[in-house]
Amino acid sequence: MEGTLELAGNLNAVGYGLATIGPGIGVGVLIGKTQESIARQPELAGPLRTNMFIGIALVEALGLLGLAAGFVFP
Amino acid sequence: MMLQSSVLASDNGGFHAPSLADFFPPAIFAEGTMFEFNRVTLVRLIAVAALVLFFWLAARRTQLVPGRMQAVGEIAIDFVRKSIAVETLGEDRGRRYTPLLATIFFGVLFLNITGVIPFLNLAGSSVVGIPIVFAVIAYVAFIRAGIKERGPGHFFKDQLFPPGVPWPIYILLTPLELFSTFILRPVTLTVRLLANMIAGHLLLVLCFGATHYLFLEAGGPLALFGVITGLGGLAFTLLEIFIASLQAYIFALLTAVYIQLSVEAH
Repeated sequence: MEGTLELAGNLNAVGYGLATIGPGIGVGVLIGKTQESIARQPELAGPLRTNMFIGIALVEALGLLGLAAGFVFP
Repeated sequence: MMLQSSVLASDNGGFHAPSLADFFPPAIFAEGTMFEFNRVTLVRLIAVAALVLFFWLAARRTQLVPGRMQAVGEIAIDFVRKSIAVETLGEDRGRRYTPLLATIFFGVLFLNITGVIPFLNLAGSSVVGIPIVFAVIAYVAFIRAGIKERGPGHFFKDQLFPPGVPWPIYILLTPLELFSTFILRPVTLTVRLLANMIAGHLLLVLCFGATHYLFLEAGGPLALFGVITGLGGLAFTLLEIFIASLQAYIFALLTAVYIQLSVEAH
């Protein structure tokens, strides 16, 4: 039997979708661990929250690189 | 909200989908030259004028017991000093770097927040010029801090050859450290701010454009979905306000962290 399968659509969108898996897991782990740590030691909430934001910024940078790459390589 | 979305529908049929062309509007004057003045430049000038006005009102005729405007300005600067500068850099270095960090924080904040202001609708930092400028400021700041406090030889040696590592690993580690510290840091600062603002703008245009189209141009039952996209637009506006503030905080915080990494002794 003969048939051809044609895929249409934007590979950039698929690429970005794949790129969000990693940062999604990473940010989830980060925030979860920060929640646990603040629950254990509420007096350290300030520095723990600061470190969480730094970590989120660095992890999300990779996801945003995926978004930008879709626009840079048309 | 309807006024905001009606600006989008210059064509009377179909749905105005968001695209990157939104970030390159037609020039108002000086088209084609380096000083092209378009809507993005206008938004940036308005944001900077608002910033200067806010701090001028807070800081003129300062008194020992502050009046209302001065108290607001003091709370703002104290937030930067306490939560960003002193927490990351320590007491006296934090106080010295507070002006720089406050400039970065409030500059990025005011330029980001124009994305949700009703008639501006475009973040000043959503076109690459402003993120590059702030990233260059942060880059020069952390390199200058390291060179000034540790001396150029010690600074580059500590950054590129971290101590406590057996020497064969330096063959792999030093190019990685060079790339990550001196090339990747300003690039990620730029891309993080830029992509967050672009994504936020596209999301808001999508929601409000969809609401406009579904209410005014599509028939009957589809108008119900217009309510859903309208509520989505409201929710995403609140999210965008949060993201704008968070990105300003992260930019200033990362600058402080990079300065701290440059000056700390091992």
